[in-house]
Amino acid sequence: MLDATSFNALPNKPGVGHKPQHYKDILGNPGPLGWLEIHAENYMGDGGRPIAQLRHLSEQFPISVHGVGLSIGGEGDLDKDHLARLKHLIGWLNPASFSEHLAWSTHDSHFLNDLLPLPYNMKTVKRVADHIDEVQEVVGRKMLLENPSSYLAFAESTMSETDFLKEIVSRTGCGLLLDVNNVFVSATNLNTSPQAYIDDFALDAVGEIHLGGHDEDEDETGAPLLIDSHGKAVVDPVWALLDYTLERSGRKPLLIEWDTDVPEWPVLAAEVARAHAALELVAA
Amino acid sequence: MIVTQTAFRKGLLDPALPAPEGLQNPDGAQATKRFDVYRNNVAVSLSDALESAFPVVRKLVGDEFFRAMAGVYLRKFPPSSPLMMHYGEHLPQFLTRFEPTKNHRYLPDIARVELAIRKSYHAADAEPIDGQALAAVAPEDLMALQMTIAPAVQVVSSKDYPIHAIYMANTREDAPKPEPGAESVLIARPHFDPTIHKISTADASCIKALQEGKSLGLALAEAGDDLDLGATLGLLLSQRAIIELN
Repeated sequence: MLDATSFNALPNKPGVGHKPQHYKDILGNPGPLGWLEIHAENYMGDGGRPIAQLRHLSEQFPISVHGVGLSIGGEGDLDKDHLARLKHLIGWLNPASFSEHLAWSTHDSHFLNDLLPLPYNMKTVKRVADHIDEVQEVVGRKMLLENPSSYLAFAESTMSETDFLKEIVSRTGCGLLLDVNNVFVSATNLNTSPQAYIDDFALDAVGEIHLGGHDEDEDETGAPLLIDSHGKAVVDPVWALLDYTLERSGRKPLLIEWDTDVPEWPVLAAEVARAHAALELVAA
Repeated sequence: MIVTQTAFRKGLLDPALPAPEGLQNPDGAQATKRFDVYRNNVAVSLSDALESAFPVVRKLVGDEFFRAMAGVYLRKFPPSSPLMMHYGEHLPQFLTRFEPTKNHRYLPDIARVELAIRKSYHAADAEPIDGQALAAVAPEDLMALQMTIAPAVQVVSSKDYPIHAIYMANTREDAPKPEPGAESVLIARPHFDPTIHKISTADASCIKALQEGKSLGLALAEAGDDLDLGATLGLLLSQRAIIELN
């Protein structure tokens, strides 16, 4: 079994987004799997099976808590009740990592259950940095901020996403979660270069990398429109972009996300094996 | 052109509105289909959440009807919290008023049963008392006894419909066809999976009174003469539903 001391940080190994249907498979045959990620909101009930399973898994694996509902990019104040729930979860679980999204999902007390986009300019830098300061203050630890998948652009943006994220890191001291599939999806959708994005990304601040599958569509002009669905295997061009990234960043904790049409464990285990091989190619 | 989150949200929930001005395709043209990606994500994710929360209501009305109904519900009642495990709490009242379902008056009651099961599933853990502890209470102390009921216990009563029979007929292959008549159910969680039991109106009154912290004497008075106290307590003990005696 893993060394308990390693639970203070995510190892530079493959991890998966945990799904309850894989509970027994993961405990019985983890293979090269080194850690698990959970969606914070699914473990904010008072008790029962989800909490009991998480407690047990956390004794075997380092856990990354990934929030999807904090609405850090929201115009309004952060939801204090939700922050308190997050603090409680992080308090008892003591996870190896905590991350959230550069997005908004709540406005006027209505939660929309999607990661919605925001423009990049000095006004939104301040809003996001203030929210991250508040989160890090309340939960008492550094968080990682994840780059989004973009489907469209804002006329009011004045900065690139990579510059925006650098500014956030410098103002708040937070780390970054680099989702390589999101980079590929956004670059395809906005007709930019994914390699140039990686070249310009603050790789020193990266504490975790995400990989996932996407769907393919077209916009009304026939231009490609990729949709971040997390419902398929990772495609070859994204694996190639991962190799490009790892050559520059070195080994990092590397997560496979598969959230819809979740397959049987062996299918996911094959993705884990491929992630493991990609990490092994990189100098330690 | 500044796109406020108010305008963004309105556009997301109202497909008749155009996408907010200031959202662009890569060539700078006004975004249309690209905004629909977000509209679709919101509608599909909320509709999926309702489907997984109300499998029996869905089975009763059919997949296609349920999806159309969910589309109306999610615009009228978007989630008020990021905890999707609680989403759908207004479905019973919605079903009562929604024109196509308002004559299917058992549906709100079934939705209440499914809400109660989900609440039970996520409720706090609690260590049950030993049956011996109850047997050891002196007869003269029994009427003043208060019992703390486990947080996972839920009681749902229908005034008109056989909710237990309808629930069973739609979740178990060997369950008999429902017969007319009002029913109440007890939902408990002896381990991790909620269990559902048909109980009498007297049982329901008694257990609700105990949940409110009333003494056994008061609970018996509220239940009336039809209560079989031994059977009620036996059921509660077997379902690990009593966690403290005071």
